Amino acid sequence: MTLDSSGPGPVDVCSWIGGYPFREIPHPEAAILARVVLPREGFSGAWVGHLPGAFQRDPASSNEALLKSIESYRDILEPAPIVRPDWPGWLATLTWAVEHGAPAVRIYPAQWGMVAENPRLRELALACGELGLALHVTVRFEDLRQRHFMDVASDVSAALLRGIARIPGSRCHLVVSGAGRELIEETHWGLTPEEQSRVWYDFNWLWGPPEDSFAHLVRTLGAPRLTWSSYWPLRLAQQCRSLTTLLPDDLLANGAVESLADGRIIASSARSAGVAGSATSNRQDV
Amino acid sequence: MFDRDHLLIDAHAHFHTPFTNRVDWEHYNNSRLAAGRRIGVRCHVASVLGSWGHTSPTYFASPDDQTRANDWMFDFAGASNGEIRAFVAVNPNYTRHALSEIERGFAAGAIGVKLAAGRRADDGLLDEIATVAAQYDAPILHHVWHHRQRDWPNQDASDGLDLARLALRQRDTRFIMAHIGGGGDYTHSFAAAAGIDNLVMDLSGSGIDRGMLDLAIERVGVQRLLWASDITMCTGLTKLLALSHAGLSTDDLAAIRWGNAVRIFPRGAFAHLADERADVASESPTG
Repeated sequence: MTLDSSGPGPVDVCSWIGGYPFREIPHPEAAILARVVLPREGFSGAWVGHLPGAFQRDPASSNEALLKSIESYRDILEPAPIVRPDWPGWLATLTWAVEHGAPAVRIYPAQWGMVAENPRLRELALACGELGLALHVTVRFEDLRQRHFMDVASDVSAALLRGIARIPGSRCHLVVSGAGRELIEETHWGLTPEEQSRVWYDFNWLWGPPEDSFAHLVRTLGAPRLTWSSYWPLRLAQQCRSLTTLLPDDLLANGAVESLADGRIIASSARSAGVAGSATSNRQDV
Repeated sequence: MFDRDHLLIDAHAHFHTPFTNRVDWEHYNNSRLAAGRRIGVRCHVASVLGSWGHTSPTYFASPDDQTRANDWMFDFAGASNGEIRAFVAVNPNYTRHALSEIERGFAAGAIGVKLAAGRRADDGLLDEIATVAAQYDAPILHHVWHHRQRDWPNQDASDGLDLARLALRQRDTRFIMAHIGGGGDYTHSFAAAAGIDNLVMDLSGSGIDRGMLDLAIERVGVQRLLWASDITMCTGLTKLLALSHAGLSTDDLAAIRWGNAVRIFPRGAFAHLADERADVASESPTG
């Protein structure tokens, strides 16, 4: 999956529209993302979240705003609404997400104060697997060193990620954005091969040369576990392109870039693994 | 004559040595140089901070460690055929040693002074170092933690205001505020540096916030920004790519890529990058 013109570009698994409470971000509008940023940077589509909703209690208004904002750009933007599993009606929201063509739903456990053993997260993960929806986790929005004094949420822990991936019988496809090398390795190598096969890591926050964390993980985890993103509008959208441009020659020659995952690949796999409709059969929506 | 559209100078780079904390130091250095060639960097202006913590703390390097690091850096730059130029790095707590290292460094070809976080930037200990740097017509690259609101481990970090106070005291010295993407709130530093013409900023650091470059251009100005990568060349490339969409003129883009560096560093420091003329200072699009 590449950004060049040889085929359809990758589908970005992590972008948002809407404002951010802790600093000004230019142009968080859907139109800019859909008609300027993604085409310019070689992405063929994006999973889009609604950024304000990450900091609100009830996600309903945020999800409605998301759908309304992207309705004119559904050729390139796919909704990734928020599903908060400790909120009444969450299973109905999940079904609503499927009905509106969402490839994934987003959770913000750090902002919600959820820890690794939270049973609601496990329920949500199981339901996502059954409905063929990917479950997207944002580890962080910003670097720890620059956070606003009111931004007190921690980063999502590897223990929480492992906890979701280890659920017995789960078909949940987990996508992790905002993780650095250590968090990715602590998660990946703490899973069985079967569990590993259902987890993808957005490589936007890995370092290239001279530290070469990205190249290291391409060699050890393998490119298919790593997925493209833009992180728009919080970060400059060119970072994944830079990282792939700077991969060592041997990895470029061996097709590492073409082997990277993207939203299209993950969504297809999640849909194939899911059994639509079964999620509602034995769960209580409370 | 400079290739104004393609020339690129990395004004903030680092290398490791056999005496630092990495067994893979040669791989690390080679990776930087290979990435630089792919990005189009024609010259890395680099330093080594003591032993990088191996035998004394990175930001409080012992005199012996810093001398050994500088020796290695001068030799490495000297053997690079102009691909690398050196900063002389010093710990200002050992002022006599620092001044002698600066003298030795410029004799060995250094083109700037590197100060990290061994002492707050507005401390009086730095004045003599700043005065000497001006005598060599050389800038001081100073590590900054933007909007420092508490003490951080292993460093006496300065923030934009600390460095601004030094720059206002030492108007004949040129200062480079390190890495606007290097941690903390860069908007605080943009405000702190307002109107201080002898204080410029480099764009390096791992931070690639959307809006960072736009604000730097708006509030600091293209004449006071230098492209650089520090220890994450991927984010350096990202900022370089993003700059091409920032609405800058060709001259302004060239100023950030290399022209401001030609103006800030000693006259002739990058003469080897010009194809035809030895006197390159006048070639700067901003000079």
